[in-house]
Amino acid sequence: MVSPILQLTNISKSFGHVQANKNINLTINKGTIHGIIGENGAGKSTLMSIVYGLYQADSGTIKVNEKEIKLKSPRDSIENGIGMVHQHFMLVENFTVLENIVLGFEGEVVFGKNLEKAKIDLKNLCETYNLNVDLDSVISDLSVGFRQRVEILKSLYRGAEVFILDEPTGVLTPQEVDELFKILRSLKEEGKTIVLITHKLNEIMDLTSEVSVMRQGEIVGHTKTETTNREKLAEMMVGRSVLLRINKSKTKRGDVAFRVENLTVKDDLDVTRVKNINLEIHAGEILGLAGVTGNGQTELLEALSGIRKVESGEIFLNGEKISDSSELLNPRELKEKGLAHIPEDRQRMGLVTDFKASENLIFGYHDQEPYSKSSIMNENKILDYSKRVMEEYDVRPRSPHLMTSNFSGGNQQKLILSRELNENPKILLIGQPTRGVDIGAIEFIHQRLIDMRDKGAAILLVSVELEEILSLSDRIAVMFDGMIVGERVNEDVTDRELGLLMAGVA
Amino acid sequence: MEFLSDLASITNSTLRISTPLVFAAMAGIFAERSGVIDFSLEGKMLMAAFVAAVGSYFFGNPWAGLLMAIIACVSLSMLHGFASVTHKGDQVVSCVAINILIIGLTTALAAAWFGQAGLTPTLTDDQRFLEITLPFADALREVPIIGLIYSDILSGHYIFVYLAYLSVPIVYWIVFKTSFGLRVRAVGENPSAVDTAGINVFAMRYKALAINGVLIAFAGAHLSTAVNANFFREMSAGRGYLALAAMIFGKWHPKTALLACLLFGFTDALQIRLQGVELPAIGTIPVQLIQAVPYVLTVVLLAGFVGKAIAPRAIGQPYIKER
Repeated sequence: MVSPILQLTNISKSFGHVQANKNINLTINKGTIHGIIGENGAGKSTLMSIVYGLYQADSGTIKVNEKEIKLKSPRDSIENGIGMVHQHFMLVENFTVLENIVLGFEGEVVFGKNLEKAKIDLKNLCETYNLNVDLDSVISDLSVGFRQRVEILKSLYRGAEVFILDEPTGVLTPQEVDELFKILRSLKEEGKTIVLITHKLNEIMDLTSEVSVMRQGEIVGHTKTETTNREKLAEMMVGRSVLLRINKSKTKRGDVAFRVENLTVKDDLDVTRVKNINLEIHAGEILGLAGVTGNGQTELLEALSGIRKVESGEIFLNGEKISDSSELLNPRELKEKGLAHIPEDRQRMGLVTDFKASENLIFGYHDQEPYSKSSIMNENKILDYSKRVMEEYDVRPRSPHLMTSNFSGGNQQKLILSRELNENPKILLIGQPTRGVDIGAIEFIHQRLIDMRDKGAAILLVSVELEEILSLSDRIAVMFDGMIVGERVNEDVTDRELGLLMAGVA
Repeated sequence: MEFLSDLASITNSTLRISTPLVFAAMAGIFAERSGVIDFSLEGKMLMAAFVAAVGSYFFGNPWAGLLMAIIACVSLSMLHGFASVTHKGDQVVSCVAINILIIGLTTALAAAWFGQAGLTPTLTDDQRFLEITLPFADALREVPIIGLIYSDILSGHYIFVYLAYLSVPIVYWIVFKTSFGLRVRAVGENPSAVDTAGINVFAMRYKALAINGVLIAFAGAHLSTAVNANFFREMSAGRGYLALAAMIFGKWHPKTALLACLLFGFTDALQIRLQGVELPAIGTIPVQLIQAVPYVLTVVLLAGFVGKAIAPRAIGQPYIKER
């Protein structure tokens, strides 16, 4: 007999003028894995933060085990058996696992008996759920996957019956995802309830028995997972049909357009992050660079785009040397030679978020004709151009005067994309093109990249999203610990194989 | 023998001179470990010195003065919290405001109440703390070594000197061995982690600031009702800043902060001892140069020898819960 463990009725929540949740009704049944899927900004995280007591709803009621409860702080929800694993882990990095777990639930003024008891309880929990966490490790020494386990263990220790996981796989390797799913299934077997928040359709299909879809702050559908499929869910999420796999023809590969020889790069702390790398990208192909965050991709991109010093090695553009340890062309000179760069961190490096959209659209060309004449910028020309481009790239809202920070992630990315692609670059370096971008915009951005490739551009695509790498790239290189540990042609490779390379074990 | 007695006297002064630094550094540890920058140690120490002197004078009892100094300093800490924790203002600005306010306030109040700008009346022996001679100190004085250590170094200090060194293990114990300490440290590192554990981040920071106020009050009372017998203008003389430097040099840790305070105290004791003394080969060093030593040392240590002083991660950042 299914019984509801968590019932939300008419939950609404606004932040200023933005209504993040609108009359949400949601029932989660005991012992199930319930998926909540929606695009970035659909209001999933807000809703779950309300359930966890971090935010207070403007209106509506919450029932746990059919009893209405008032949630004023996370303490209330923890006491009602609700646990949450946040997207950004709520851990103190220089504390041990044990310290992090008992924090707030020490049960004693001076550490002693209860701490010893907690150790025993935690060891038992670790064994039951096969978590394999060392309680005395310091968090900063643990991998992301293990930090997540600490979060799960923390919720278990606090007596959670409902586990809310917010985008839990975003930072994991495929192997870590498998491990996580195993843990989640064993939690379910023990009778726990799991709420999985995600924007990844595969995870919903793999793991859940029921799914609710959110769009623009509202629940737009509930369904049993077995009666739906990826396409239907995607359509519900976006409100129109979407192409999940991009249509692309076979590459018409040209000559080598970009070549990197024995490149070594150090980061700001003088640590070598890129170790003796060799790469070749041909005109008309996309080389996907896969890897878990922090394996040197950032420093590599920065060096290639002329904003970080090359320690040793050489970089060639169409056979002409553009950089080595003694010489570094600046981004402007590189741009003139046909190289465009769309940085990983668009808000810090790609845009001035306190500028108007129109200003960001021409930034870097602002001193050139037709936007400027004798150092005086021509407001009308800039505005005309902005309107045209915003139409062409479907930037919403189409307001050139709007502050860039007020655009969504996807629309900000489109602003950069239009600026960088406008000059028809021969080489395009692009990092995390769809990080924090909604599914509709992802489709658009991917299509643009394929179009660029078909026009003969050489593209280096750096992404931690394996799915993105697989759907766009012609060839795939995997980066681990500053080195290229494998290179494959896309058709001949499985995501398992790539996952092993990414984890540095193959 | 003369060398030994010199050493004993310098050690004795080091302990005394370091006392306000130790209190202030311990106070700073509480605030900063909880994520709140405390640049206002200087102003609070000055306030405590003033209030303790005035309180002792009016009530005829130094303990009453100390109590009032504690109330005053805790209030100032709450003010700092109100500006920078509740209203998320800039923590450094709030501290600077407090420091400037106190310099003016103490001088003006002294002028209004006692008719002398920046001076309070001299306290009688009943109205101030006196040096404590430890039991048997006189009897043991002639015993070699033990007499030197016990009677000449450890005995004969004001009560605050003993309290200061007692406060270090207590602060260590609270910060590292109690659940309260765990929460204070956590709130200075990752307040979100504390919030999601169902603990009120703001309340934690206020509690830490309250303890900070109590500790810094002792430093001020030591200056005006023990070492001196009145308050005078700007009598804290940069000790609050020096203590802050010692705390950073000690990496926000009570034990190492204590060592840093002792080092600063030692250089100060040494400079007093060296004034007018003719050194072999060098001759007499100008007083001004010697007096600069502790400050030069501060700059040099902080600039070069601290190594990686990793501050509490969330320090200086107001906690904002909702986007």
